[in-house]
Amino acid sequence: MLKKVVKNAEEAVKDITDGATIMLGGFGLCGIPENSITALVNKGVKNLTCISNNAGVDDFGIGLMLKTRQVKKMIASYVGENAEFERQLLSGELEVELIPQGTLATRCMATGYGIPAIYTPAGVGTEVAEGKETREFDGKTYLMEHAFKSDFAIVKAWKGDTHGNLIFRATSRNFNPLMAMAGKITIVEVEELVQPGELDPDMIHTPGIYVNRIFKGVNYEKRIEQITVTKR
Amino acid sequence: MLDKFGIAKRIAKELQDGYYVNLGIGIPTLVANYVPHDIEVILQSENGLLGIGPFPFEEDVDADLINAGKQTVTTTKGSSFFDSAMSFGMIRSGRVDLTVLGAMEVADNGDIANWKIPGKMVKGMGGAMDLVASAKNIIVAMQHVNKAGESKLLSNCSLPITGLGCVKKVVTELGVFDITPDGFKCIEYATGVSLDYIKEKTLGRLIIADDVKEMSIE
Repeated sequence: MLKKVVKNAEEAVKDITDGATIMLGGFGLCGIPENSITALVNKGVKNLTCISNNAGVDDFGIGLMLKTRQVKKMIASYVGENAEFERQLLSGELEVELIPQGTLATRCMATGYGIPAIYTPAGVGTEVAEGKETREFDGKTYLMEHAFKSDFAIVKAWKGDTHGNLIFRATSRNFNPLMAMAGKITIVEVEELVQPGELDPDMIHTPGIYVNRIFKGVNYEKRIEQITVTKR
Repeated sequence: MLDKFGIAKRIAKELQDGYYVNLGIGIPTLVANYVPHDIEVILQSENGLLGIGPFPFEEDVDADLINAGKQTVTTTKGSSFFDSAMSFGMIRSGRVDLTVLGAMEVADNGDIANWKIPGKMVKGMGGAMDLVASAKNIIVAMQHVNKAGESKLLSNCSLPITGLGCVKKVVTELGVFDITPDGFKCIEYATGVSLDYIKEKTLGRLIIADDVKEMSIE
């Protein structure tokens, strides 16, 4: 029997310890693993290295873990929505590695595909290229970027079954399926947890083989950073 | 002299039927409002959407459906969703026909700086470095001078570089400039702006096209 289902976020993150490297899915606040972040804050685990496209906002998402100083290092592409982040960074309390968004995504993908490194043109001639191996292909220069190594990947899916097969919804997909492939241990929270056979195999975005733990999340706030509307 | 809406309107004239277009945050986003009615363009959002529609009506706001600026949006008919690796895959492999983005500085050889002010502003590059490293056609939409009144069109970028030699065209409130081996080539000037004023406000190498003309945005 596959035993992937855990009761809740607390159980899912129980073996995450101080100093762990964790990937967290989401773009901005869209598709972030809200339940697991709350559980990590409550657990009080420290000196984390977090790999995530963004760092949340001051009082939501990864911002909650920054406020409690649980994050030692942040690896992200864009952190502009978080004043506390900027303060900790400029004062030297927080280590940060900013990397191009496509590089971030593709380094996750490489891990899940079993490829140790990729070549990308992003960042050639910039600070990002410092100390990195370059190589020319067809007259154009590329940077070698390594696949990520992380202890845990924590992602949020829309639907999942007890085998860990996942379906994401709209733009909350973003980094989630990529990080789901890249964790040494992958933890998934879903809005809807169903039995095997209930999801159409043709519609699966992430096959269950990549998933170690899955649980049904509760009380999703799904906060929106910028509500923009068309007036009737 | 143009306002930001004028800059967006002028850039919209660069759109062609069937184009896949990535619009950056700020003035570039406004370009979507001025797509000519007789053509079809598909807007790419790097967080995983092809076919960005208008902002939703209030009751249709969906937290799972945002653009790269984290604004709530809708989808157009024939849209698709994908993950972030595929999103940058279509960018890097040259499928996106036009990229419009903002900048802090552009150099006369096409270098662009738009992601960092050391010691002051640390926001990150987001997808900008991937876009500028790969896109075939990059137009910068920006103000000609910064808040201190200094030219943002330079011989060399003073801020950390986002990408080298990649910008093809710059549209500012003063005019339209192609990047050429001879530097910025002014091909259009905004209504009410003199070429002398443009020369005064441009620090990088500047040449004026023989057939330079007044910009039309309508």
